[in-house]
Amino acid sequence: MNKLDSGEREIPENSADKDVIVPSAKTEKKKKHGSGGPIFLFFIFGLAASLIVGWVIFPKLLYSKKKQPINYNHVLHLKEVEDSCDSCHFFREDGSFSGVPRLVLCVDCHEEVQGETPDEAKFVEEYMAKGIEVPWLVYSRQPDHVFFSHAAHVKLVEIDCAECHGSISESEKSRVYEVNRITGYSRDIWGKNIAGFKRNTWDRMKMDDCAECHAKMIGTDETNIKKPFYGLFTNLVKIAFSGTEGPGRKTSAQTRQEACFVCHK
Amino acid sequence: MRDEKKYGMVIDLDKCTGCGACMVACMAENNVPFKEDESNKLDSITWMRVYKLTNEKPFPEADICYIPRPCMHCEADHGHSPCVSVCPATATDYSLRTGIVSQIYSRCIGCRYCMVACPYHARYFNWWDPVWPSDMEKYLSPNVSPRMRGVVEKCSFCFHRYQLAMDKAFLEKRRELKENEYQTACAQACPADAITFGDLNNPEHAVQQLVRPDRKNGGRTKHPRAFRLLERLGTNPKIYYLSSREWVRRAGDNYLKKENKTLSGRST
Repeated sequence: MNKLDSGEREIPENSADKDVIVPSAKTEKKKKHGSGGPIFLFFIFGLAASLIVGWVIFPKLLYSKKKQPINYNHVLHLKEVEDSCDSCHFFREDGSFSGVPRLVLCVDCHEEVQGETPDEAKFVEEYMAKGIEVPWLVYSRQPDHVFFSHAAHVKLVEIDCAECHGSISESEKSRVYEVNRITGYSRDIWGKNIAGFKRNTWDRMKMDDCAECHAKMIGTDETNIKKPFYGLFTNLVKIAFSGTEGPGRKTSAQTRQEACFVCHK
Repeated sequence: MRDEKKYGMVIDLDKCTGCGACMVACMAENNVPFKEDESNKLDSITWMRVYKLTNEKPFPEADICYIPRPCMHCEADHGHSPCVSVCPATATDYSLRTGIVSQIYSRCIGCRYCMVACPYHARYFNWWDPVWPSDMEKYLSPNVSPRMRGVVEKCSFCFHRYQLAMDKAFLEKRRELKENEYQTACAQACPADAITFGDLNNPEHAVQQLVRPDRKNGGRTKHPRAFRLLERLGTNPKIYYLSSREWVRRAGDNYLKKENKTLSGRST
């Protein structure tokens, strides 16, 4: 390395005057335009900084992390019950879904502490003995204008719980509940990935995710732009003037999709 | 369509006493907001509203009639209710499955075009965010979402009751509802039993038996006591009124004083 360095230094000394002038002119030229360098660097760093702020720091600030009041072990409980999920998350006679169970369901086993876990002791002492309902944080709670019929999905078309909720039956502890500080909704609605990418059905619970599955059922692929060229024009017309003729089951005058009233209330 | 329904109402004005129980039931059922001072009726929100009609005659012939007015859930002869076709945000739609005009609050942009289009004043604008007296929030129905400032709302035929009734039906592996499984709050609250609610397409339902609407002819009825509000506009409303009084039936539409024939061809 030293040899090379010294060799390079020697080149201007040994070369002719003309040759010396040329590189110095080049460096002058570089210096004239060189003022762009720091600006470019500043731009790069600024972009990187704002990307980090937007994609890493902001999401961390946006969601506040909360612990469940009791660390719940699904695996442990599933061994004890007979009816799998239905034992605690059951349907009432009027068709409504019970959701997160209340103390009444726990009282049969947990009137007194029977295990050794500190969480069970806490549950019995703080909630069961005092008759206070556990303020569970519901990961999948939707905004109040959303109507979701568990009966239609679970009873009528017999979709498995895990299809939308994931393998909760295998969870041994309650994960951290993240709540959006602005909207107050659970992070499970928007999804873990701030860019909105998802791998599994249970990664996100937005309207798009409902639509994704339902579109398959009613054949909305009529308006798929990726269709072959002959379909391009008709597709464009359908997309540009969506009111004129839409896909779907033709069950409403405007949207052709049940008037939005199926999932909204 | 196989399961096409057309939910509608028949309101017997001869039975209506104007007590306002339907209005109260509706407010409570649907979380309709109210203000401390409701003296300005242009601002107040009433999905169901009881109007008082008078025949404007002096004492011996003086007569009044109370007329409850929910959303008419117009089908119109061309399949578009007046409000549905004007909505720029597609926040309101006419369901061909139930015949109910929906209003999606989260989609509404508050332009109030639909209020202009509605000939029945059935739509209301939220000028303020709803505020309930502190303890009253516990009485709100969890099945109906409260509306925020800047959106339009209207009677939904208690659609949440339809949703819940369907849930029960799904649990029992049914897709059809019985008549008594889905009733609106106003129909159930009416002490005089003046409001009948049901499927106008189903011959087993009381509403169909009462008025027997002619499906091919814009839902017109030959019932001698029946009329609909502003029927000549062609909005094809799904609320039928019954009255034995001629002046009440005439008041339902803008008849000229010289006009002596009503829509159904009955002379006056």
